[in-house]
Amino acid sequence: MAALDIAQQLKARFPEIISDPAEFRGEVTVRLSDAERITEVCAAAKKDFGFDYLVDISSVDNYGDDPRFTVVYHLYGYGHHCHLRLKTDVSEEKSELPTVCTVWRTANWHEREIYDMMGIRFRNHPDLRRILMWEGYPYFPLRKDFPLAGKPSEMPDVAFSKPAPLEGGPFVTIAGGKDRIAREPRVRIPETDALDTNARLERRKDVQEAHGHSHGPGPVETK
Amino acid sequence: MGYNSKVEGDVIVTRVDAALNWFRKNSLWPMPMGLACCAIELMAAGASRFDIARFGSEVMRFSPRQSDVMIVAGTVTYKMAMAVKRIYDQMPEPKWVIAMGACASTGGMYRSYAVLQGVDRIIPVDVYVAGCPPRPEALLDALIKLQNKVAREPILAASPNVAA
Repeated sequence: MAALDIAQQLKARFPEIISDPAEFRGEVTVRLSDAERITEVCAAAKKDFGFDYLVDISSVDNYGDDPRFTVVYHLYGYGHHCHLRLKTDVSEEKSELPTVCTVWRTANWHEREIYDMMGIRFRNHPDLRRILMWEGYPYFPLRKDFPLAGKPSEMPDVAFSKPAPLEGGPFVTIAGGKDRIAREPRVRIPETDALDTNARLERRKDVQEAHGHSHGPGPVETK
Repeated sequence: MGYNSKVEGDVIVTRVDAALNWFRKNSLWPMPMGLACCAIELMAAGASRFDIARFGSEVMRFSPRQSDVMIVAGTVTYKMAMAVKRIYDQMPEPKWVIAMGACASTGGMYRSYAVLQGVDRIIPVDVYVAGCPPRPEALLDALIKLQNKVAREPILAASPNVAA
């Protein structure tokens, strides 16, 4: 059974909150408009549709857009060998989602990592604390407004951090941009970089067309 | 005083400096602070092909109380930094440090919020080894350089780690 069929069945099961499945290069994505029901949807996906393996949970910081965070669940089923990507949005004021640890135990550490790096809390998580940085670290490093070099922090007897010398870096490509010069500028100022450049570039029409439909379906249309 | 070879036999007369430093440099027991990929090359240096034991580093003691040189092999993150400092503090004098690889020397390719930019920000380093990871021969070269440094140390020198 193809992944698209299974995704269609999942949509038929939850018609108001799951969008039409989008397919790009063999990968199927569905969007969930009501993030509070994620546990219910995931439990149905595991029990009834055979997605017994949670491959990954990851989060995206859409800095500048209104639901600031998107949390992406990658599901897979050993029985039918099909992948599914499930996306939900979380706004910054809320910054909270129900946990899926009750469905897949592996979600424990993935959700801890999302809490550590992005600041999204998970309700009913058995042990929600930082996993990569140390407890008491005051920032969320993978947010777009946090500089790559880091910010100074001090916790006596536990850890300290200092900003790293970047020397004109970070030497990574900016996404989007119509030519190489826009994508790889000679000088980057890290504080202002991700804040306006990325957000501005991604919203430009020519950049969106260059992306194609790789970003999946938009918000769910309710009837 | 004369040296009567029939009586004295295999006796060498030397200075305390030279003898003590010779003993120390030829038995530098490492404390392997193997944190990341450089630890694999450290293990290779300890294995049979590149054999660090030839140089006296016979025992890779994981106990800081019984070692002379701490080989920091790998990326030191800020989370791990205090543990490295505590282990260094537990080593008895005289002690030396080899910073193996780019990450331990300067933070390496990780110019980021989570990586300490060089272990010399928290402990004094004697020899830096470049490489990512350095070849085992490079680590042995560093050990030889450290041995030369140990040989030059004056006895009864005031160590910077001893509290005044």
